[in-house]
Amino acid sequence: MSKEENRTPKKADILQGTLDLMVLKTLDALGPLHGYGIARRIEQISKSVLQLNEGTVYTALLRLEQQGWIKSEWGASENNRRARFYSISSSGRKQLAQETLEWERMAGVIGRLLQVRR
Amino acid sequence: MSPLRAIAAKLRHFFGGSRAERDFEEETRTHIALLAERLIRRGMTPEAARNEARRQFGNTTSLRETRHDMQTFAWIERLWQDLRHGARLLRMNPVFSAVAIASLALGIGANTAIFQLLDAVRLRSLPVKNPQELAQVQIVGGNTGMGMNNQYGDLTRPMWEELRQRQKAFSGIFAWGVGGDAVGSGSQLEPVVGFYVTGNLFQVLGVEAWRGRLTTPEDEHACPGTTAVVSYKYWQTRMGGRKIDSSTKLLIDGQLMQITGVTPPSFLGLVVGDRFDIVLPFCEPKELARNIFDVTVMGRLRPGTSLTVASAELAALSPGIMAATEITGYNADTVARYRRFRLAAYPAGAGVSSLREEYNSSLWLLLGITGLVLLIACANLANLILARASAREREFGVRLALGASRGRLLGQLFAESSLLAVAGAAAGIGISQLVSRALVWSLSTESNAILLPMTIDWRVLAFAAAITALTCLVFGAIPALRAAGLQPLHALRAGGRGMTASRDHFSLQRSLVVTQIAVSLVLLVGALLFVRSFHNLMTFNPGMREEGVTAAFIGFQQSNIPREGYLQFEQQLTDEVRAVPGVLSAATTTNPPLVGGSWTLGIHLGSAQGPSKFTWVGPEYFRTMGIPLLRGRDLRPSDTADSAHVAVVNETFVRQYTSGINPIGMAMQTVTEPDYPSTAYTIVGVIPDTKYACLRCGTPPMAFAPAYQYPDHRPWTAILIHSNLPPDVIAGRVKRRLAEKHPEMATQLSSFQALIRDGLIRDRLMATLSGFFGLLAALLAMAGLYGVVSYMAERRRNEIGIRIALGAGRGQVVGMVMREAAWMVAAGVIAGTLLALLAGQAAETLLFNLKPYDVPTLAAAGGLLAAVAVLASFMPARRASRLDPVQALRCD
Repeated sequence: MSKEENRTPKKADILQGTLDLMVLKTLDALGPLHGYGIARRIEQISKSVLQLNEGTVYTALLRLEQQGWIKSEWGASENNRRARFYSISSSGRKQLAQETLEWERMAGVIGRLLQVRR
Repeated sequence: MSPLRAIAAKLRHFFGGSRAERDFEEETRTHIALLAERLIRRGMTPEAARNEARRQFGNTTSLRETRHDMQTFAWIERLWQDLRHGARLLRMNPVFSAVAIASLALGIGANTAIFQLLDAVRLRSLPVKNPQELAQVQIVGGNTGMGMNNQYGDLTRPMWEELRQRQKAFSGIFAWGVGGDAVGSGSQLEPVVGFYVTGNLFQVLGVEAWRGRLTTPEDEHACPGTTAVVSYKYWQTRMGGRKIDSSTKLLIDGQLMQITGVTPPSFLGLVVGDRFDIVLPFCEPKELARNIFDVTVMGRLRPGTSLTVASAELAALSPGIMAATEITGYNADTVARYRRFRLAAYPAGAGVSSLREEYNSSLWLLLGITGLVLLIACANLANLILARASAREREFGVRLALGASRGRLLGQLFAESSLLAVAGAAAGIGISQLVSRALVWSLSTESNAILLPMTIDWRVLAFAAAITALTCLVFGAIPALRAAGLQPLHALRAGGRGMTASRDHFSLQRSLVVTQIAVSLVLLVGALLFVRSFHNLMTFNPGMREEGVTAAFIGFQQSNIPREGYLQFEQQLTDEVRAVPGVLSAATTTNPPLVGGSWTLGIHLGSAQGPSKFTWVGPEYFRTMGIPLLRGRDLRPSDTADSAHVAVVNETFVRQYTSGINPIGMAMQTVTEPDYPSTAYTIVGVIPDTKYACLRCGTPPMAFAPAYQYPDHRPWTAILIHSNLPPDVIAGRVKRRLAEKHPEMATQLSSFQALIRDGLIRDRLMATLSGFFGLLAALLAMAGLYGVVSYMAERRRNEIGIRIALGAGRGQVVGMVMREAAWMVAAGVIAGTLLALLAGQAAETLLFNLKPYDVPTLAAAGGLLAAVAVLASFMPARRASRLDPVQALRCD
């Protein structure tokens, strides 16, 4: 039930694994960031096409941390609030490389599939 | 994603505590604040910005829940929730819970207790190193009663000596025997159980000394031996656990022996259920008897040698061994039979036991009976839970409608039944400990104490766990499946207010009750069969006096009587007993009847030949035992060793050897055996048939000869005493008189009837236990019937109310409700009778003078059950007929 409440029709659905991949890539590209920063970056890159409940970023962060692909430590944010900064670990980089490869292969397959004319 | 890493992270979280939760709160606050600041910068009012920021962030509660599930083992929590909910419900229905747990505890307890006995007697291995490597050497098919036999004797000493020299299959081979010995002297003489061993026994078994040293090959030398070892129990109870040193000595069988050590507490010998007190090394007599089968041979198989390989080797060795140890003093036929003996190896890891043969089928049967009782108890519980579940249909309907998954409801119901099952099992294991000890105690007799360690091993625990899981499935699954098929809309609408209950709604309950009645009928029939069989045994007339007879067993090894004087001394003792006030008559016998002993000689009479039992008795024997003389004369005091040899025979003897012709004056010739030279006995009298070795045994041809003509000489005897005084009074007087005159003599007195009843212990056990379980089963089945009939009547309140309002009489309502019950009872009784006929075969060999398809028994059990069933259904039927129609129609 709870999952359905999160869903708002106008926002594009994103796959769970996709969000994880985006978060991982963001941390790889920009270095240590807090959750708010990650949300802004995704918003900026996707040019607001992908609007998400920003809280779900934290679910992705927790999942990545449980797998040991990211680390976190406390620091100060822009307005001097306490914030947790996440950074990618070396095993996270390996995971990112592998997932990127797989994503590209998958995207290629789907792309070719969709281009086939009847 | 790796699930293992997630589990590790969950565990870290579990031990890390709630810090993560507070951290997340702070992160959320920061995030929302930053979002809001950005929106304010874009011109929103602070309040609108905060609201928009929260919206953009999403549902924090559901986020927290998701995180919670990710960070913890959610299913454990749900299980815990279900269990707590179940426990709450059970606490709210204390009567239901108590009944459920108590009936399960009884069922599981009884099953576990019987299994524990089976385990101890049959399955458990000896407490020695690698017991599975042990094998026993036996003659294939046994020695067919040749020579003299000890209870656990398989081979003769000469056979063992040859076998020890020749065999290759065993890495270590040893022999042992058991025997009665005595410690001390005079009136202090105390009978002990001796365990005779070869010097290597403990070393091959891998048993270490508890104190001192155990028997070694160096202890084996010429008879009499000089060293002995005591059991832990004997050392503790008789020797006060005192230090074992060179001054520790015991007078055993008149020999002062050095005690060298104590066996460990776990080692109770190789006979399961028996104890031993003293370990004595084999000693070498001047000559080894070739006709006494009194040793058991066991060994440890060489690594990689199977029983088949060992048996093949033994079979190849057998002709040589038999030729070298040929039995002497027997006729050619017996010797030829001896020559054909073949040896083979049998598994021995669980030791040997007479209990095993004696109680095997009884115990399996009892396990079956208790299993069925448990099944009936389960059916009752299933019915109870079904009835409760029907009452809760609305609750389940609401929960389903609100979106609870069916799996969750099932889990809930299973949590409840598992709670009941586990509580029942815990109580049951407790009960089983008491019951199994009580069982062992009830199997022990004065003369034969059974020593079985009743420990809970993994097998017992696994068994209890298995039957618990099974019961949980049986009584939990049926209601759970019913609940799973529930239609929420239907359940909410009907809400327990059906006009008439649909037939199919009750079909499950009905079939449960029919099963219960059928099974309980089977158990009731079994119970009646065993009770009647026991009654037959108790009231059976063995053809001789049982009441008012006391048996005195006397050993006079210490009395310094020369061997030639034994028979004279025995008659002198009989005269002394006869002089005791209250004694009506007394007579010696070489073999008291009905207590298991037996002595057979081959005879020739004219052209006929065959075996006959032989007993040498004092002159008043037949008078003492109340056996009338049919023809000829009684044995007289004047029949002495020097007069003509005479005998009294029984009717079977006459039928078998003289074709019913009057045998008086005929002469029979006995066949030679060691110590029993071929002798001609003239038949002087005939007695009616009586039982011989035991009540269940048949009546063989028998001959009774005068005590003075007994060819063997042994320093012990039995005197049977007839008196009208109570057995303990006369026993006390006789014992005192004999002790005054012969303080050195060992005397033991028992009531003859008690001795016979000791032989009926298995029958008594089966009668009491099956009777108890049969009644319990019938009671449970009736409780089930009562419950279901009441429940069905309750569910039909509206219908019955309308019927009464429309003018139906009380009788009609009662009839209607009871007709329902009658169908169930009839179906149950018919099915039960068929099952009982099938199951009866298993009990056939345990019954005495009774066939398993005994019509009166079947009729009685069916009638009894039907009568109680009428009562059980009449009460709810009457209650239904007293219904106030206005009340019934108004209330919901």
